[in-house]
Amino acid sequence: MSHYKEAILDPIFKNNPIALQVLGICSALAVTTKLETAITMSLAVTAVVACSNFVISAIRNFIPDSIRMIVQMVVIASFVMVVDQILKAYAFEISRQLSVFVGLIITNCILMGRAEAFAMKNPPVLSFCDGIGNGLGYSLVLCVLATVRELVGSGKLLGFVLLPTVNNGGWYQPWGLMLLAPSAFFLIGFFIWILRTFRPEQIED
Amino acid sequence: MEHYISIIVRSIFIENLALSFFLGMCTFLAVSKRVSTAIGLGIAVVFVQTITLPVNNLILNHVLKEGALFDGVSLEFLSLISFIGVIAAMVQILEMTLDRYFPSLYNALGIFLPLITVNCAILGGSLFMQMRDYNFAESVCYGFGSGTGWALAIVVLAAVRERCKYSHVPAGLRGLGITFIMVGLIAMAFMVFSGI
Repeated sequence: MSHYKEAILDPIFKNNPIALQVLGICSALAVTTKLETAITMSLAVTAVVACSNFVISAIRNFIPDSIRMIVQMVVIASFVMVVDQILKAYAFEISRQLSVFVGLIITNCILMGRAEAFAMKNPPVLSFCDGIGNGLGYSLVLCVLATVRELVGSGKLLGFVLLPTVNNGGWYQPWGLMLLAPSAFFLIGFFIWILRTFRPEQIED
Repeated sequence: MEHYISIIVRSIFIENLALSFFLGMCTFLAVSKRVSTAIGLGIAVVFVQTITLPVNNLILNHVLKEGALFDGVSLEFLSLISFIGVIAAMVQILEMTLDRYFPSLYNALGIFLPLITVNCAILGGSLFMQMRDYNFAESVCYGFGSGTGWALAIVVLAAVRERCKYSHVPAGLRGLGITFIMVGLIAMAFMVFSGI
C-alpha cells in the first residue's frame, strides 16, 4: 500500500516534474495567464498521463524494444485526441482559449518521460498512481503560476474581481506585464530560486 | 508578394515560437549551453520545419478536410496523430538522406535530428498552420519563418549563456534559474518588434 502512496506523493514536492526534472515547461508557461485555463490544462494532462501510463504498462511485455517509442507515441496521441474531442464538445470556450496547447500535450516531455522511465518497468496500477502523482505535481506549479499571474495582472481570480481595477472605478493599477510572455519566464526563475533556497541539495554548480 | 514577406517577418520576430508561444522549451533550455551546438540544432529545426509544414498542409487539405476523400466526411479529428506521424517519418527520411549524400552535415547535426521529432515547436507550427487556414505557399513561408525565428532565439540565448559563465550568480539561481530570467529579458527585447 505504501508503494502506491509514495508513487502519488513523491512527484509533488520531492521530485517535481517541472521544477526539478524540467519537463513539460512549454505548456506550463503558455496556459497560465488565467487560472481557469490552467486548471483545465492540469486536469487534461493528469488524465492523459495516468491513462497512458496504465495502458503502456499493461502492454509493456508485448512491445518490441526497437519500436517502443512509436508505440508509446501512438498510445499517448490517442488519449490526447480523446481529451481534445471531449473539451471541444463540453467546454468549447476554454478549448478555444487553450488553442493548440491541448494538441501539444502529445509532445509534452512529462508523458514520454514517465512512460519510458516508469511505466515500462512497473505494473499497471502502480504506473497509474505514478501518472496521477506527476500530473498533480505539474498541476501544482501551473496553479501557483496562474494564481499569481491572474491576480496581479488583472486583479481577478477565476473571473471574480478581487482587486477592483482603476479602469472600473477601483484602486488597483493592474501590472500588465504579468499577462505577457516575459513574466512567465521571470516567475518560473524565481519559483526555482525559492525552491532551491529551501532545498539546497538541488543547487547546480 | 508582400503578403508572404510579411508572414515570414511576423513569424521570425513578432510571433516567435520560442519567446512568445513558449514552444520547444525543453530543447531550448537543454541545448543552449554552447553557440556551436545551438547553431547546429537551429539549422536542423529550420530544415525540418520548412519540409514538414508544407507536407502536413497537403495532407490536411487533400486527405483530412471535409469532403476531400469522401463527401460529407471530415477526418480532421485525426489531424493530431497524422501530423506527428508525418513529422516522425520526415525526420527519419531526412536523416537517411543526409547520411547517404551529405555525411559531413549529418555528423554535424548528430543526435539533434532524432530529438526534433519530440520538439513541440515542430508540431506547434503545424497546429498553428491548421488553425490559421494557411494555403500551400503561405505554409512554406510560415515554416521557414518560424523555424528561423526559433533558431535565432536559441543562438542568442546560447551566446548570452556563454558570456554568463564567468559572472557571479547567487547560489539558488545558478544554472536553470538564471537561464529562465535571461530568456525573460530576451523575450522582453523581442516584444519591441511587435510595433513593426
